[in-house]
Amino acid sequence: MATVRFDKATRIYPGNDKPSVDQLDLEIGDGEFLVLVGPSGCGKSTSLRMLAGLEEVNDGKIWIGDRDVTHMSPKDRDVAMVFQNYALYPHMTVAENMGFALKIAGVDKSEIKTRVADAAKILDLTEYLERKPKALSGGQRQRVAMGRAIVRSPQVFLMDEPLSNLDAKLRVQTRTQIASLQRRLGVTTVYVTHDQVEAMTMGDRVAVLDKGVLQQVDTPRKMYDHPANLFVAGFIGSPAMNLIHVPVDEGGVTFRSGLHIPIERERLAKLDGEVVVGVRPEDLEPAAEHEGLPVTVEVVEELGADAYVYGTPMEGRTDLEQGVPKPFIARTDGRTPPAKGSTVYFKPKADHVHVFDPATGERLTD
Amino acid sequence: MTAATPLPVPADPASEAPVTRAEKRKKRSSANRAATSLSSRTGSLVAIIMAVLWTTPTFGLLVTSFRTQADIQDTGWWNAFGQLDRWTLSNYDMAFNGGGDNATPMGDFFINSIVIAVPAVFLPLLLASLAAYAFAWIKFPGRDWLFVAVFALQIVPLQIALLPLATWFTRVGIGGTFWALWLSHTAFALPLAVYLLHNFMKEIPPSLLEAARVDGASHMRIFLQVLLPLITPALASFGIFQFLWVWNDLLVALTMLGGSPENAPITMELNQISGTLGNRWYLLSAAAFISISVPVVVFVFMQRYFVRGLLAGGTKG
Repeated sequence: MATVRFDKATRIYPGNDKPSVDQLDLEIGDGEFLVLVGPSGCGKSTSLRMLAGLEEVNDGKIWIGDRDVTHMSPKDRDVAMVFQNYALYPHMTVAENMGFALKIAGVDKSEIKTRVADAAKILDLTEYLERKPKALSGGQRQRVAMGRAIVRSPQVFLMDEPLSNLDAKLRVQTRTQIASLQRRLGVTTVYVTHDQVEAMTMGDRVAVLDKGVLQQVDTPRKMYDHPANLFVAGFIGSPAMNLIHVPVDEGGVTFRSGLHIPIERERLAKLDGEVVVGVRPEDLEPAAEHEGLPVTVEVVEELGADAYVYGTPMEGRTDLEQGVPKPFIARTDGRTPPAKGSTVYFKPKADHVHVFDPATGERLTD
Repeated sequence: MTAATPLPVPADPASEAPVTRAEKRKKRSSANRAATSLSSRTGSLVAIIMAVLWTTPTFGLLVTSFRTQADIQDTGWWNAFGQLDRWTLSNYDMAFNGGGDNATPMGDFFINSIVIAVPAVFLPLLLASLAAYAFAWIKFPGRDWLFVAVFALQIVPLQIALLPLATWFTRVGIGGTFWALWLSHTAFALPLAVYLLHNFMKEIPPSLLEAARVDGASHMRIFLQVLLPLITPALASFGIFQFLWVWNDLLVALTMLGGSPENAPITMELNQISGTLGNRWYLLSAAAFISISVPVVVFVFMQRYFVRGLLAGGTKG
């Protein structure tokens, strides 16, 4: 077990002038479960592969514990990796797959056997030990891939979207299993996913990347309550946060309904006459006419307990998505949803309003 | 490995993944379509006709090998079925003894052929699989150009290289030895072998090698314990091709061993068994069947790899 530290680690693929991972600075504590999340192409897998030694580091350093592993080959790093497609050796049995690394390390046979048996017991694979991967279901293969990692008791676990090839139900189950297994083993883990629900539910801390740049590292709670910038605000949370461009006046933002959000003077000075106000759908509550933001209801999604109202706000403007303005989304009570085509009024719950600078994307309120 | 495909890729994502399943279905259905169209009635009929046409001459040769010289000279081989009492093994007897009068018994040439063929199969397999691994999975400067060069070598007909090679072998002192044959067969086989095995290695999912590297495996171990087992079908089918080629080769043997008949393979004996004046030509069919026996045995024992390897090459290469 060990800490992991990325120290301005940079990866530029040959032929590209833009780095795929740009000066990544990240510290992961001993025994911590850190999730790297971001849209595809954001550099999360590349970061993980740099840590594994499968990808060259062009600049900066990577440390595991007090060892500088920047240019070490993967076999000397004492890390175990779970691949998205599991990458099991097709010609070996489950037991051989799990014991391969130990065999290479020269561990004696009887010990390999006990360690494989122990891991198999944890993962409920005991009866499949003599099977070949092709005779296993997807979920079992996934567990073998996990087993191959835990048998080694490495310093760091690396997981590259290990659940993305499972069906929805199994994914939710396995998600919990992996998280609890990691807590039990206490091995430092770096987990890559594009699924923000996975990120929020599994990680001790979550690191959000976009275009190779680290946006924010925080606990899931803080990430949700205090997104550091527009990207994180829009990425974390489902359905996504409503982000509305509105003009500013002297003291901040004032909506027609009288709702006022103060912004510090020196921050206002840097703005270009406009801010982005963000409110999560679940932080909106119905308001009386002219006390809230009027919204024309277009679609209502009834989920039983809740209903999501999709509509167009009558004030401010939302960003375009594929040429159409993004809908304004609000969560309402599932039993009394508003009718389609009607106009309803929403006001944000106090303390749950986020304000961002549209030019830099930075958060303006605390 | 017992699957019909050479690589039951573990990576082969969970059966639950909808995209992959659709892909699989597509593959299966095109394979199915091929299978059904080949097993249709017309298809079978055409296949049977082709099989009969192709085997008839060989069958005639087989019958001829059991007839006496006089019978062969008198009538066509199909008449032998009316003269079942006249069938004889004497041709085989004589052929085995090298054609009667002087010569070396055929068994010696047989052994020569085996001594020539076995290293001439394994040497290129070994070198080509190592080279293919490097071409497929190790980055080094000039790799792509070198690979194109190796591939281009297939264009050079071996007849061009034969004489210079033979002269050179004589100069370095291995002219007329088995070494001359082993090395020339290896050299002529390498371009195709490297190309073929490279394509197979390239088909193996990269994550498998990465997994092995993270597991702590060196290049040599990845090659021996991960890659080689996965390309067995390719190794086997190339091995069979090379074995058949070397076993049936006369040109290279004649050029390289011209002066040392004691090392001659069975094909050279076949060439000479009818005698300098062609007076024992009736022994040819018997001798040919003795020669064929080994490739047939090899083929029968390894054909399951052979077929599988070829199919895999067809759908993946």
